[in-house]
Amino acid sequence: MSRIIMTAGINGAHKTAKQAEEMLAKAVEQKGRDCKVEFPNTGYYMPVIYSMTGRAVEKLADFEDVMAEEIKPLLPKLVDENLWLPYLGPALDAGMATLFAEEIIEACKYLIGPNPVDGIWLGAADDVILRERGIQFVDGTAPGFAAIVGSAPDVETAVKIARKCQERSLYVFMAGHHNGTTFAEQLVEGGVQLGWDTRLIPFGREITAAIYAAGFASRVALTFGGVQPGDYRRHLLYNKNRIFAFVVALGKVTDEWYATAAGAINYGFPTIADSDIPQVLPTGVCTYEHVVSNIPHDEIVEKAIEVRGLKIKVSEVPIPVSVSPAFEGERIRKEDMHCEFGGQRTPAFEWLRMLDIGEVEDGRVEVVGPDVDSLEVGGKMPLGIVVEVAGRKMQTDFEPVLERQVHTFMNEAQGLWHMGQRDISWVRISKDTAKAGFKLEHIGKLLHAMYHERYSNIIDKVQVKIFTDEEQVLKLSEMARKIWAVRDERLAGMTDEDVDTFYSCTLCQSFAPNHVCVVSPERPGLCGAYTWLDCRAAYEIIPTGPNQPIPKGKCIETTIGQWDKVNAFVLKASGGNVERMSQYSMITDPMTSCGCFECITAVLPSTGGIMIVNREFAEMTPCGMKFSTLAGTVGGGRQTPGFIGHSKHYIISRKFIAAEGGIRRIVWMPTMLKDEIKDAFIKRAEELELGGEEFLARIADETTATTEEEVLEFITKAGHPVTTLEPMF
Amino acid sequence: MAQDSGAEGINIVGMCCTATEILMRHGIPVAGNFLQQELAVMTGVVEVMLVDVQCIMPALGSLSGCFHTKLITTSPKCKIAGAEHIEFHEDRAVEIAREIIKIGIENFGNRKGKVQIPKVTERGIAGFTTENIFYNLGGRFRSSYRPLNDAIISGRLRGAAGVVGCNNPKQVHDYGHIAMIKELIKNDVVVVATGCSAIAAGKAGLMRPEAAAKYCGKGLAEICEAVGLPPVLYVGSCVDNSRILTILANVVAEGGLGDDISDLPVAGAAPEWMSEKAVSIGMYFVASGVFTVIAEPLPILGAPNLTRYLTDEIEKDIGGKWAFERDPIKAAGMMLEHIEKKRDALGINVEKERKLYDMEERRALAVE
Ligand code: SF4
Ligand code: SF4
Ligand SMILES: [Zn+2]
Repeated sequence: MSRIIMTAGINGAHKTAKQAEEMLAKAVEQKGRDCKVEFPNTGYYMPVIYSMTGRAVEKLADFEDVMAEEIKPLLPKLVDENLWLPYLGPALDAGMATLFAEEIIEACKYLIGPNPVDGIWLGAADDVILRERGIQFVDGTAPGFAAIVGSAPDVETAVKIARKCQERSLYVFMAGHHNGTTFAEQLVEGGVQLGWDTRLIPFGREITAAIYAAGFASRVALTFGGVQPGDYRRHLLYNKNRIFAFVVALGKVTDEWYATAAGAINYGFPTIADSDIPQVLPTGVCTYEHVVSNIPHDEIVEKAIEVRGLKIKVSEVPIPVSVSPAFEGERIRKEDMHCEFGGQRTPAFEWLRMLDIGEVEDGRVEVVGPDVDSLEVGGKMPLGIVVEVAGRKMQTDFEPVLERQVHTFMNEAQGLWHMGQRDISWVRISKDTAKAGFKLEHIGKLLHAMYHERYSNIIDKVQVKIFTDEEQVLKLSEMARKIWAVRDERLAGMTDEDVDTFYSCTLCQSFAPNHVCVVSPERPGLCGAYTWLDCRAAYEIIPTGPNQPIPKGKCIETTIGQWDKVNAFVLKASGGNVERMSQYSMITDPMTSCGCFECITAVLPSTGGIMIVNREFAEMTPCGMKFSTLAGTVGGGRQTPGFIGHSKHYIISRKFIAAEGGIRRIVWMPTMLKDEIKDAFIKRAEELELGGEEFLARIADETTATTEEEVLEFITKAGHPVTTLEPMF
Repeated sequence: MAQDSGAEGINIVGMCCTATEILMRHGIPVAGNFLQQELAVMTGVVEVMLVDVQCIMPALGSLSGCFHTKLITTSPKCKIAGAEHIEFHEDRAVEIAREIIKIGIENFGNRKGKVQIPKVTERGIAGFTTENIFYNLGGRFRSSYRPLNDAIISGRLRGAAGVVGCNNPKQVHDYGHIAMIKELIKNDVVVVATGCSAIAAGKAGLMRPEAAAKYCGKGLAEICEAVGLPPVLYVGSCVDNSRILTILANVVAEGGLGDDISDLPVAGAAPEWMSEKAVSIGMYFVASGVFTVIAEPLPILGAPNLTRYLTDEIEKDIGGKWAFERDPIKAAGMMLEHIEKKRDALGINVEKERKLYDMEERRALAVE
């Protein structure tokens, strides 16, 4: 009977609202009305409240307004037992009020405790995670998420459910407890790795932590869906039709759970329960049923996917373990390892090369030398993986692009772990995977299947040879090294002048409709994920996709890097919004920024130089804004003279703001960024005769300067070359 | 003042269409429908009976003379022998109302003889409007007709019927309405009712939400249960029938059920009509594309060509047509048949496999 659910949901909403009110009063008492509230390192204020009402909550006093002006008016009267009024609408409103209240509760926890981030519990996902993971919900790499509340009857069942979600590339967001334990704790006990890398995210022990799942969905819609705050209808429909999420309720469904589930139904996220609660089968708010119950645990994931209306392609790879992007981040600790290869312990390499179509026998896998079953637990042996591909559209230039996929593909197999590349690769096979019968030939079968699945447009045939004999491995890697050296030389030497075609990337137009990345050999896409070669390969794979060739045309201005055809392309691709775009200037018609940039460069006017901040750096920067605030100013597909978003790699490119003088202008970078790009940066500085290490030391960082004045002071003392340059504008 | 004259308070109740108006807008209770007017006077507790223009029993004047009841007419179009005339003007509404109430109170002392009030009462949910259906089906944030359309498409709900109109002294009071409504909801057709028909359904308890479990087919019961609805929705007075057309237009706009009201699996009926107003209402339903069954035939049977046109050929021209059938069960059968015919035409009577969406297909979905 829905009436039971709706009644419970409305009751639960009242209870949760009361809890929020008390929590808020306590927070106000301890911290005062003006105390700032936020989820650390996130934009969009309280994301659910912000997206539904447009209210930007910044301090506790704003919560009091939300309580009085949003939550209270939304809370419906309790359902009459005899002559009830229609309750569906009111129950949905109650659900939304519950979400608002939960957001208040969790935000207050950050202020007055208990801290939501505690032990295994992660609390709110920060912006770095949102950009990295949220995009997967938009590009389809993540079909959706399962919000699992409560706990399974036992550890084994919990592990099975989680694995099934992983196999289907679903994220699992966990909150709430049942029977004294939680799903997350059960997974830990079952030896399953939690975290964003494995797509198993423990938000919190209480049901109120489910708000982080709703908040994540809301932030995806705001960031990637281009939905305006306060445009609640579009926001919820975006979630209903794009973010295929659902709730799995394990254990006794309390009033508060019902209330939260009602909130989720507003988003189009149905609830699938293992307990015998009433069902709500008619459709309309969600895509299909709203509440389905009494589902056995071994069917619950499949059932949930069906109820949500989700079609998921599970890779059918003929190997004894599952394959899914969700396993990509799984590490294998020494204790769980059956054997390993490479990693400075034995010689190992992987090498992909193109052959003539007649030289490749598709699907052939050859293993030369002893196999893993010859090893004791904890053993090691050499490993050489040679992938040979052929295809009518294959080109040698695509070899490096495809070779890098070995890393991704191997990690996607459960219980297989891969690190590094080329001859610094390192591979581990877990005990469970070895026990499942995994042999070296399965690596070959895996790679064969995955190349066909993801690159069928350029590859027709794939064969894989695997070597474990040390002598042979050494001999072959020697051969490969020669090829790599040639490749590197060609790549490093490749300049924008060498090519007459650049490539566009408009992948980010899904959320920044005016944005176009113009990718040239010396300026990769600002997200760092697309080099010129990648774009070229992507264009071959999907000729109508977001990467299109742009013939440069006539050069208009060399220093700032403008060409007539590039401008024409950008004008068209930006929907007429961007007339001119410079490839090498941050002052004159700079490139637009979508929001995915790895770094932001900003002018520090008084210093005559620029600062660069990377996404991972969460502290204040000398320009007076943190990365997240800066990102809001720079992103969204705007051209903002004096600011650009770019990849890390671009910093060491010869074309890095070449019009303004290049890396000479850099006066501030966080230490973590300095460390990350150190080697290449020093080389580049030497090329410019700036002195390698010395130049790096002349650049201020957060340990030496946190304000513009301090930067100026530091560089003056340090004798930074920028002091001798012309002003930037 | 009422208490000073010995009364407990003032009880305002409505009858017929005026009742449905003041119930929709102010929650004022209903005392009965058209055929019960005289019975109301005969309870002996009516101090004032106020009437405006139509559906007024001709004998009310002489009947009220037999009791202490004062009959008051308010419209310049309608004055009745034996009634007092207090003309109503919108700009002085409150003042006039006070005056009339005062007359009522003053008349309380004149109550005489035996008071006879029937013991039966019934409760129900009223007040559904074109606008609040959006809210009731999706709340503030997801307000929409989608669940209604989905219900029809999935077949849980076969369709909808408007059962409206008067009581007719030629028939057993309320029988036509109730028999027809019960037959329809048993077959998973949701009923919207107005006017005296709505009052009949209310009296029969069909506007209690729990009536769904008792009288409906499985599909309709499930829908009522999900939303918290009674199986018969009270949408207003007989002049509010236009509201039903707006609802139908909204259903068409929501999508998935054709492009025109005449494509929808719906039908209309006035199983006990008597007022000439019912003819014009019926005609605009037919003209809008709705198959409309009435009990007493229109007075056209002597003209075979016109009869054939209005009950058949007109459908080709405007989508709807008339039918005449006195037996409410048979009439309901005709409506059900029509509804299934429309469902077939829409192609929603075939079992469809559940569509599962991959990323490409999701991108193709609108988010407006
Ligand atoms: S940031 Fe640029 S290169 Fe990267 S995905 Fe977006 S549009 Fe493409
Ligand atoms: S339904 Fe018919 S009888 Fe009743 S008030 Fe309306 S017109 Fe009069
Ligand atoms: Zn981007």
